[in-house]
Parts: sequence; C-alpha cells; structure tokens
Amino acid sequence: MSQFAINLLFVGASFALYIGIAIWARAGSTKDFYVAGGGVHPITNGMATAADWMSAASFISMAGLLASGGYANSTFLMGWTGGYVILAMLLAPYLRKFGKFTVPDFIGDRFYSNTARLVAVICLIVASVTYVIGQMTGAGVAFSRFLEVPNTAGIWIAAFIVFLYAVFGGMKGITYTQVAQYIVLIIAYTIPAVFIAMQLTGNPIPMFGMFSTHTESGVPLLTKLDDVVSALGFQDYTADVDNKLNMVLFTLSLMVGTAGLPHVIIRFFTVPKVADARWSAGWALVFIALLYLTAPAVGSMARLNLVTTVYPEMAGQTENYADAAEEALRYEDRPEWFRTWEDTGLLTFEDKNDDGRIQFYNDGSDFEDRGWEGNELDVNNDIMVLANPEIANLPGWVIGLIAAGGIAAALSTAAGLLLAISSAISHDLIKTMINPKISEKGEMLAARISMAGAILLATYLGLNPPGFAAQTVALAFGIAGASLFPALMMGIFSKKMNNSGAVAGMLSGLICTLLYIFTYLGWFFVPGTNMLANEPAQWIFGISPLSFGAVGAMINFAVAFAVCSVTKAPPQEIQELVESVRYPKGAGVAVDH
Amino acid sequence: MADDKSNAAEYWKANVRTIIGCLAVWAFVSYGCAILFRPILASIPVGGTDLGFWFAQQGSILTFIVLIFFYAWKMNKLDEKFGLGE
Repeated sequence: MSQFAINLLFVGASFALYIGIAIWARAGSTKDFYVAGGGVHPITNGMATAADWMSAASFISMAGLLASGGYANSTFLMGWTGGYVILAMLLAPYLRKFGKFTVPDFIGDRFYSNTARLVAVICLIVASVTYVIGQMTGAGVAFSRFLEVPNTAGIWIAAFIVFLYAVFGGMKGITYTQVAQYIVLIIAYTIPAVFIAMQLTGNPIPMFGMFSTHTESGVPLLTKLDDVVSALGFQDYTADVDNKLNMVLFTLSLMVGTAGLPHVIIRFFTVPKVADARWSAGWALVFIALLYLTAPAVGSMARLNLVTTVYPEMAGQTENYADAAEEALRYEDRPEWFRTWEDTGLLTFEDKNDDGRIQFYNDGSDFEDRGWEGNELDVNNDIMVLANPEIANLPGWVIGLIAAGGIAAALSTAAGLLLAISSAISHDLIKTMINPKISEKGEMLAARISMAGAILLATYLGLNPPGFAAQTVALAFGIAGASLFPALMMGIFSKKMNNSGAVAGMLSGLICTLLYIFTYLGWFFVPGTNMLANEPAQWIFGISPLSFGAVGAMINFAVAFAVCSVTKAPPQEIQELVESVRYPKGAGVAVDH
Repeated sequence: MADDKSNAAEYWKANVRTIIGCLAVWAFVSYGCAILFRPILASIPVGGTDLGFWFAQQGSILTFIVLIFFYAWKMNKLDEKFGLGE
C-alpha cells in the first residue's frame, strides 16, 4: 500500500469517528450548543480542554520552533502550560460561580455596561480570528502533505472541512468529539517520539531520552546536538539568550493570554461545581503536559536527525565535524520524504555551488574555504513534526497516524474558537444587545453565519500568514492577554473597579498591542504594509511583537486603575455580586438570561 | 450576619494568601530558574546541559501541575473549614 493510501486511510478513519460522535451527541438546544448542558466530569472536561487547547500550534508547529530555536523557544513550553496556573487560581472557579455562558457575559454584567460587553466582544473576535489564522496555517501544512497538493490548496481544503465540522457541531457534540480527538492526537504524537527516542538513545521515554546518551556517538544527546549544529555555524541548541527581558515578557504574554482566551475559559463553565473547575484545570494541564513534555524531545531529536540525514558522517563522530561536513548528502540520493515535501513547496533546495550535494548551514557563517556558496536547503519549521517520522525511517502507519493527529489538533481548536466567536456575535451582540426577542432558530442561524465569515477571513489572511503557526497563535495570546485577562481579573479581585475603568483598560490594552504588532507585521497582517522591519534592532527595548501582550496587559491595568480612581464607584449590588463570586456556596448550573 | 461576613472575609484572605504563595513558586521556577537565574545554575549539569535548561523545558511544567493540584486540594479544605463549599 502506498504512503498516500495509508495516510488517507488513517485520516479518513479518524474523521469517521469524530463525525459519528458528533451525530450521536448532536446539540439539541442553544444551551447545548454553547455549554454542553453543564454536566461534564472534570477528567472528561480536562481531556476536552486539552484537545481544545492543543492546536496546530502545539502539535504541528511548536516542536519545529524548538528544533530551530533550541532553548530560546522554551518560552512556548512554559507560557502555554504556566497559564493554567493563573487560570486555575485567578479565574476559573470564580467565573464558574458566576454561572454565565460567555466571557462578554461576565464582563457586561460585572461592569454593568453594554459598552463593556461590546468592547469584550471586539477583543474576543480580534484574538480568536488571529488564532484561527494560525490554525489554518498549520492545517494547511498537514493537508498539503497528506493529500500531496500545494500549500495553498491545502489551506482551502482545511477551511472547507473546518467549516462543515464546526457548523454542524456545537459544544455538546464538540466535547465528546474532542475527547476522541485528544486520544488520537496524543497517541499520534507519542508513538513516533518513542520510536525515535529508542533509535537515538535506547530509552523509550522521550522526556528522559532527551537527557540521556546518544547511542551512536556515546556522548549525551544534547551535547552531541550542540556540537553538530555549531559545526555548521548555527547557535548552540542549549545556548542562553542575551535578551532576558524579551524572554520573560514573551513567556508572560503567553501565560496571561492562556487565561484570557475565551474558548479555554468557556470550558470551565461546563463543569457541575466550583471545586470541579479547579480540578478541571489540573486535569487539563496533566493531559497537556503529556504532549508538552514530549515536545522538547521531538524538537531536539528531529533537529539531530535532520542534520545527520544531510551529513550522514556526522552521526558517529565526536570530533572532526569539518571532514564529515564535506560528505554532505548528494541531491540525487535524497530520500523519498525529501521529494514529497519538495512537492508541497515547504522544503526547497537550490544547488548554489553546483556540486550536486546539499549544503545545509547557517547562512550567516563563512564556509567559503569548504567551497560553500550559501545555505542550499530551506526547511519550513512547521513541517518538522510531520516529517519527523519519515526522516527517522519509521513504518508507514506511524506517518499516517501523525497526519491524522495533526489534523485532529487543528480541527478541534479551530472548532472551539469558531464556537466562541459565533456565540459572542449571536448571543452577546445580537441576542443581548440588539434583538432580545430573537428566536432560538434565528440565534443559531446568526451563529452559523458568523462562523462562516470568520473562517473566510482567517483563511484569506492565512494564505500569507504573519509567521509560523505557533507564532501567529502567540500573537493571538498577546492580544487576549492584553485585553480580556486584566478585565476578568480586576472584575473578580477588585470590588471597586468600575465600568469606565474596565472599558478604558481593555481599549488601551487592545489598541497598544495591535499598534505594536501591526507596526512590525503589517496592518491587519497584510504583507508589505509594515512600517518597521520585524527584526530585533528595530524593536523598542528589544521587545518583539510576540512579547508585547505582557506590556499591553500592564498598560491595561494601569489605565483601568487611573480612570477608576477619578470616576464613580460601582453600585452596591455590583459590589455584592463580586462578593458572591468569591465564594463557591450557592453555585447553580450555568443559566441563560 | 456579621459573623457570616467576617467568616467570608477570613476565607477570602486565606484564599488570597494561598494564591500568592503558589504564584511565588510559579514565578520562581519559570522566570527564575529557567530564565533569569540560568547563568547561576549553569554549574549544575543535567544530561548534557545545565539545570536551567531542564527547568525551561521540563521542570517548570512538572511544577505547574503540582501547584494546581495543591491549590485545588487546599481550597477544598478551606471550603469545608469555613462552611462555604457547595
């Protein structure tokens, strides 16, 4: 059976499973559509949250960024897990006690203002659409590889499937489907990693294998990797970073973003009790950590395998890397996976010095004495995880499995986000603010139309994405962290915070962050419209656009408290509402208006 | 009623204290050990690299899990102690 047929079989079978579950648990009412009836067990909810959470960014993109960036990209690992700590302690239990469906619901009611509700809807939509752009990038890579079509076609196919999937689902369908998706994606991620860890280190557990000895050369794997990449002029894999400020802010942005993202928060409305909301966050992190502890092993091992594929002599060496570098792979001897990825346009080779061999090194280094005239191999970071099993010569079914897992990751998150976008528009905007008398049918229709609009916009922008999947997603986190997180936190922890403070805070956090991002990445991410080049020398204090969310959040807090101090205190009943949110006693199930 | 109020205030204070303690550990492992103090921890070798690298890629994640479960357990006890559970 050809690899193409195997991929199709695995992806097809996993889809049949999700669709089957979605039909079985079809949303009957608007309430089911948004919150799955409020009766989901913490472990089930934790697993569904993990699937919701681990998108194409975590599954497809993150290990590739770790592979290319090494230690510096640990920010993704810490940021996307550490956010759960603040979510579990600062938001989840209180929002569950509050007992509404959506994030704008909480902000609108707590700040007794439809303006606040509207601003929250805007923040939510901007963050979620940016997030979906990242999913489209990742899903596009996965579809283009397994259907063996160009990247652009892959993105459109992904958009079509996400649309079908989200529109006919709803939260209840999605919760059980997502449990299935979690299982598919974690198996798909772990199995190839176990094989590769065994091959390279003899240790079957990737997270331990990463810190043990590389069998072929007899030196520790990470030392080996440092030696190999530095021989090619790259920075050491484990090298420390110079700009610690940027690294701290980037990690903080991802953490507060985690706690500000509507599709994750919404999950905590669906557990029966406040105590369950706390446990749910813990279980979610356990299920997430299974992937996140494996990801650095996948990243480091994929990098080593890629380099030793191009320079086979390097694998067994402990010195003399320069000689080994002369024996680079001949282009005509390139393996099968190399050819298939070339077809997608995500891996390219150009024989600059016409020697028929592949020279892969850091373009900034001078290796003219070796007769090299520039780096000849360009590998898109986002293909690393999907290509990893092929690079390691694993059996065909493992490759099929990882294609199914990558697509599951992208679909589950895109669907969760689209649900958050559609509920913000149909429920918060139309039903609460514009037309309270809208019928259930009308509300569902509005939800589906807004999903379609969001997919089209995200897909269009995803054709020329502002970065690799995980980087685009990191921008979404910055936006959510700078706008929604401070408002939610102040809503719970500061009884005196009033409507004007919250609105001014959210707007200033959102606008500052967007301005900073658009300055370097182009207005509304349209390529070529950026005002400054996106490089460290141009960044203010060396703060990258990816890290600015943390600064935006600080601006949000500062502006909110400043405005609050000169405006009227919130009415007594609101202060009592805040008081009641703080104690678990008396929490009912989530209720509609 | 006055008793209820002071009881509730006491509960909230205990909650905030717990949160501050947990977040101190949270910041220490991630921003501290993994980023800012990495040069200081550079002399402690861990499997081919140093302790700071391990914290950045695995140690902090493991600590986060422990923190959330500790908080959930502690809060359940507080809920019970103050009679504010569900």
